Formats: sequence, structure tokens, C-alpha cells
Amino acid sequence: MFFTYLRRELRRRRKAALVVASGLALGIALVIIVSSVSSGMSKAQDKVLESLYGLGTDMTVTKAAAAPGSGSGRPKFEFDAKGNDDDSNQSSDRVLVQGFQTLASSTVDTIGKQDGVADAVGGLSLNVMKVDGQFKRGEFRQEGGPAQGGPSGPGGEGGSTQPQGEVRGGGASFDVNSYTVYGTDVTEQALGPLTSSKITKGRTFKASETDAEVAVVDSAYAKEKKLAVGKTVTIHGTEFTIVGVSTADSGDAAANLYIPLKQAQTLADSKNKVTTVYVKASDSQQIDHVKSTIQKNVSGTTVTTSADLADTVSGSLSTASDLASGVGKWLSIAVLTAAFLVAGLLTSSAVSRRVREFGTLKALGWKSGRVTRQVVGEALVNGLLGGVLGIAVGLAGAYVVTAVSPTLTAQLGSSGVGMGGGRFMGGPGGPSASRTLDVALTAPVSLSTILIAVALAVAGGLIAGAFGGWRASRLRPADALRRVE
Amino acid sequence: MYTLRDVTKRYTRGKTTVHALDGVDLTIEDGGRLVIQGPTGGGKSTLLQMLGGLDRPTSGSVELDGVDLAKLSEARLTTVRAQNIGFVFQSFNLIPTLTAQENVETALVPLGGKAAERRRRAAEALDSVGLGERLGHLPGEMSGGQQQRVAIARALVKQPKVLLADEPTGNLDESMRDEVMEVLETMWKEHGLTFIMVTHDSAIARRAPRLATIRKGRVTITENAAA
Repeated sequence: MFFTYLRRELRRRRKAALVVASGLALGIALVIIVSSVSSGMSKAQDKVLESLYGLGTDMTVTKAAAAPGSGSGRPKFEFDAKGNDDDSNQSSDRVLVQGFQTLASSTVDTIGKQDGVADAVGGLSLNVMKVDGQFKRGEFRQEGGPAQGGPSGPGGEGGSTQPQGEVRGGGASFDVNSYTVYGTDVTEQALGPLTSSKITKGRTFKASETDAEVAVVDSAYAKEKKLAVGKTVTIHGTEFTIVGVSTADSGDAAANLYIPLKQAQTLADSKNKVTTVYVKASDSQQIDHVKSTIQKNVSGTTVTTSADLADTVSGSLSTASDLASGVGKWLSIAVLTAAFLVAGLLTSSAVSRRVREFGTLKALGWKSGRVTRQVVGEALVNGLLGGVLGIAVGLAGAYVVTAVSPTLTAQLGSSGVGMGGGRFMGGPGGPSASRTLDVALTAPVSLSTILIAVALAVAGGLIAGAFGGWRASRLRPADALRRVE
Repeated sequence: MYTLRDVTKRYTRGKTTVHALDGVDLTIEDGGRLVIQGPTGGGKSTLLQMLGGLDRPTSGSVELDGVDLAKLSEARLTTVRAQNIGFVFQSFNLIPTLTAQENVETALVPLGGKAAERRRRAAEALDSVGLGERLGHLPGEMSGGQQQRVAIARALVKQPKVLLADEPTGNLDESMRDEVMEVLETMWKEHGLTFIMVTHDSAIARRAPRLATIRKGRVTITENAAA
């Protein structure tokens, strides 16, 4: 009887049921879309962070920012003007440690021994600026006549007269090439920036190549400079053989070239120095604890976690993320609350219209609980219908977002707050450099989101049922005897 | 048997107090038939509500077979209604979305039992009021007289001791009125019920062996030996 009565009543009040279900559906669909878009934002942010950190890194440790010295880090280039007609190419390159701040290699071991640290790997980030080009001598041109190399002027005016004219042409033509090099610990390749790239050609480093003159080149840089496996690349006079080409999983690669750490230290004249220590925590729930332990026990360091770095993300990704978590969340809550209220009021009003019906049932001996259950049952089915409709609309919305896949721009590290990751990033600007990445937004719908939607549908039904049930439970059976007006 | 002693029912609305029932004393024997008549607002429906355990008196007692309905808990009162009292209403009060058979079944739901047994008894009750062919019809598909017969079947399917009818012919035309009254009288005779009916219809009232006239909350009993 319960289900027969429920089914017939819902069919009779189709329009009201549809209004209640649609309201709930709208709220639930919004929750699904907002939460899936938020999840997509989070994934996009993770991708951006992974491109800096590499996979598996929970935090980076860098030297604490110090007051900049008096131009100590600025590269100087010296070129000589050679013989009169020598216009041969001159070349000079400078290898600079990114951020100009280094930690002793022993710090890696110290950090590795800290409580909660599963693994720690050091790396040295370098900036190489190469300037090459040539000088050209200018030509002296005498006024009113062709260029003359000698001092003799036009005759008749006295031999002591200086020739009148000007130097034309000549000057210098130099090309500046700046690229990044990352010195990686070839014995510990599970952590560090190279993990965010895949070797697409050749191979990665062998554990035995700790001091070998071999390099892995980023595919984008390889394409630009026409580099390939088997070719060589010269850095500061040292020739490295390219053994592999890597492609970043997302966004830009962490460096243009990867070489063994020892080689990088030699090039930068930074023996036993690293710029960044990549740390993996034993328990991902304990990251904050590990961070404070390292900060406490290893003085003079700055520890940057993924969460810290996420705070430096700006650009449209950040704006969209703020929108999703701010406006989207509150819009969902507002719509859901309104939908719950409307559902409750409509159910209550439906009970008011059925006073005689419920009064009759009570007069026939139906207990209040049974009548209330009937009302709650109907409201619950309405809620579930709304849930099904909402999930369908929400999934469709999430599918559309994923299909359209709008591109968001993420700008990292521009705040220059001394984050390790920010400092690690490429570009000759050092600590204040920022990096812009384009990330395609997706809207993945997780099982938990669906479960939340179902729970909301049930909650909506129960709230509406509570309104109606309360009203029904208060009905007097004597109401059944009221005359028709 | 019903025994009402000094039953008073007052309704207070703002500063106005209405004495719907004012010191009613009444006895109704088992198997008896009583017709209640009186002007609108005289207290007829209030008296019926007291007899049916749908409302409680402000003071006095309403005993059914020695049990004071005024003092029973809501749950016990609901059980008494479910087991012993059948109601027939002026507006039929059928559930519009349920078929005739399902409507009759609603009276058996509080008594428990299997659905198949409920269906069988409901079909039998409808057959007894001449609607054996209309089991699957919705109220909207039936005439007023047929709907009231469904309501009578619903009231009687649980074999109650008492049948209370509130203006059962009030919404029917003359031919249907006779049809319904015939069914009610037949059922009263066949089932040995205590049958109490409120009516405005003097023709029906004249056919009753006992008439209770209620004015301003006070009851006067008239015996009709000719009926």
C-alpha cells in the first residue's frame, strides 16, 4: 500500500514534484560542476607544481634569502679589440648559480636524516649566459672626398693641416644566448625536476655517470638549437655528449639541459654546493611537521612545501580557482538552501491541501507515524528524482567543461617571496623571476562527488519531508469531518 | 454500548467561548440505530466526533463498552478507531489516486495482515455493496452514489462494532440517496452494528427508531415506535 499510494500521489502531483525535483536538481548540479571544476583547478595546479618540483617531491629546501651583495652575482664579459682587420668571432660565457645562493652538499645528508624525511636529493641550478659576436673597425671618411687611409689631405693648403672627416661604419654585433642547466644527482633520480619529464629519445643518466660529460636536453630546447642524441653541446668550454631528450609532462621543462651534479658544480665553480634539496616525506600527512623539523634543525634554510608554492600561483588559473572556491561555493550553497526551502514549503503546502485525506486516514486508524512516513516517503522520492536529474545535469556540465577544456594561465613565483621552487625556476632574473604556464582545465567528477550529490538529494528529500511530516503529524482526525465549503 | 455522561465541549476563539456540547447525557445500546438532527452549528458533528474518538470532550465521559474514550492515549484511541469504528463521510473522503479496492484496503492497513488477504476482503466488501465489478475504478470514474458505496464498504470491511455516518446522503441526489440509505440499512441489519447517523434530511430522520435532536449543544431524544 505504501508504494502504491506513493507512486499514485507522485503521478497525480507531477508538476509540483517536478518543481521540487528541478530545484534540488539545479542545486545538486551546481555542486557537482563547482566541485568537479575545483578538482580540475586543483589538478591543474598540481600539474603546474609538478613541472617545478617533479613527481614525489613534498618540499624543497633552499638557502634562506640573504641581502644581495654589491653586484657580486652580475656577470662580466670582457672582449679585446684585436688587430686592425681582425673581425673574427669572439665568444664568452658565464655560468651563474641561479639565485646566487647555495647550500653545502652535506646539508642534503643532514636533511635526509631528519625525522619524517624519506628521501632527500640535492641539485644545482645554473644559468648560462653566452655572448658571442664580432667587432668591426669603422672607416674614416674625409669630407668631400673618398675615404683615405693616410693623413695627407688635398694639396696646396699646407702639409700641416689635419684632414676633416668622420669615422663611419664599424661597431660590434653580439648575440646573447641564455639557457638553464640543472645538475642532477644521477645516483638518486627518483626525486627532482627531471622526474616531471619523460625521456622521449635516447636514455637518462646512468648511476655510474656521476662525473661524466653527458647531458639530457629538453625537447623544446633541442628543437630550437637543433640538438639531438649523439650530438654535443659545449658549456663553458666543456663538451657534453647528449645521451637523451626529455619532454616535460606539462608546461615548460624545469631546465634546458640536465647534466651530472658534479659536472655542474665544476662548471659553476661551486664544489660541494647545491641550490635546492628536494625532500620526500615518509608520510604525506606529516608534511608540516617535517617542514618545521627541518627549519628547526637545519639553520639558514627556507623550506617550501607544495602548499606554499601553490600560494604563489597567480594568473587566470588562480582567478578561476578563487571563483570556483568563492563564488561557486557560495552560489551552490545559496541555490541548495533555496531549493531545500522551496521543497520544504511545497511539501508542507501539499500536505495542507490534503488535510481531509490525511484526516480521513487518521480517522480510519492510521497512526500519525504512518501518515508522516507516507509524506516523508513522497518527499524523499522527489529528492532522489532531483538527485538523479541533478547528477545527470552536473555530469553533462562537467563533460562540457572538459570537452571545451578552457586554457588557464598560471603565473608562478612572481611574488618573489623566496620560495625554493620559485627560485628554482628558469630565467636569468634569479629569485624574482616568474614563470607562466598554460594549463587546460578539466572537470573530473569523482565518486565522492557523486556520493555527496546523492547525500544532498536524500537530505533535500528529508528536509522537505520534515516540513510536510511535521505538518501532517499535527493534523487532527476531526479535520476529516469538516464540511465542504 | 455507548454511555455519555455530562459531556461538555467548549471552543474558545479569542474572547468568545462556544459551547458546542453542553452537558450531554446519552446511552446508545449495541445494535441500536440513532439519527442525530439539528440546525447547522448546533453540535451534531461535535457529538459524532466524540462518539468516534476523533476529539475529546472538555469535561464528562464518553464510554464505549465501558472504556472511557476521553481518557485513552492517542495511540490507544487510534487503535479503537482502527478496530471498532467505521466512518462514512458526507464528501465520501476517498483517496482520489487509489482504486475502489485500494481505498477499501486503507481501512485494513492499520490492522496489519498480508496484502493478498487485504485485497480479498476489500473485494468482498465491495461486492457486498454491489460494486464487485468496479474494483479497479478510481473514484473520479464513479458516480456519487457509487463513491459513497465504496466509502461504506471501507467503513464495514473491518467488521466494526459501530458505524458513524456524517450526512452520508448530503451530497447525493434523491435516487442516489435512496440507493445509499438502502445499503446502509441493509448493512446495519446484516452486521448487527450500532449505527449512528447525522442528517439534515427529515425524510430519513422519520425512518429512524430513535432521533436525537441537538440545539445549542443540548440533546433531546425522541423515540419513534412506528419506525
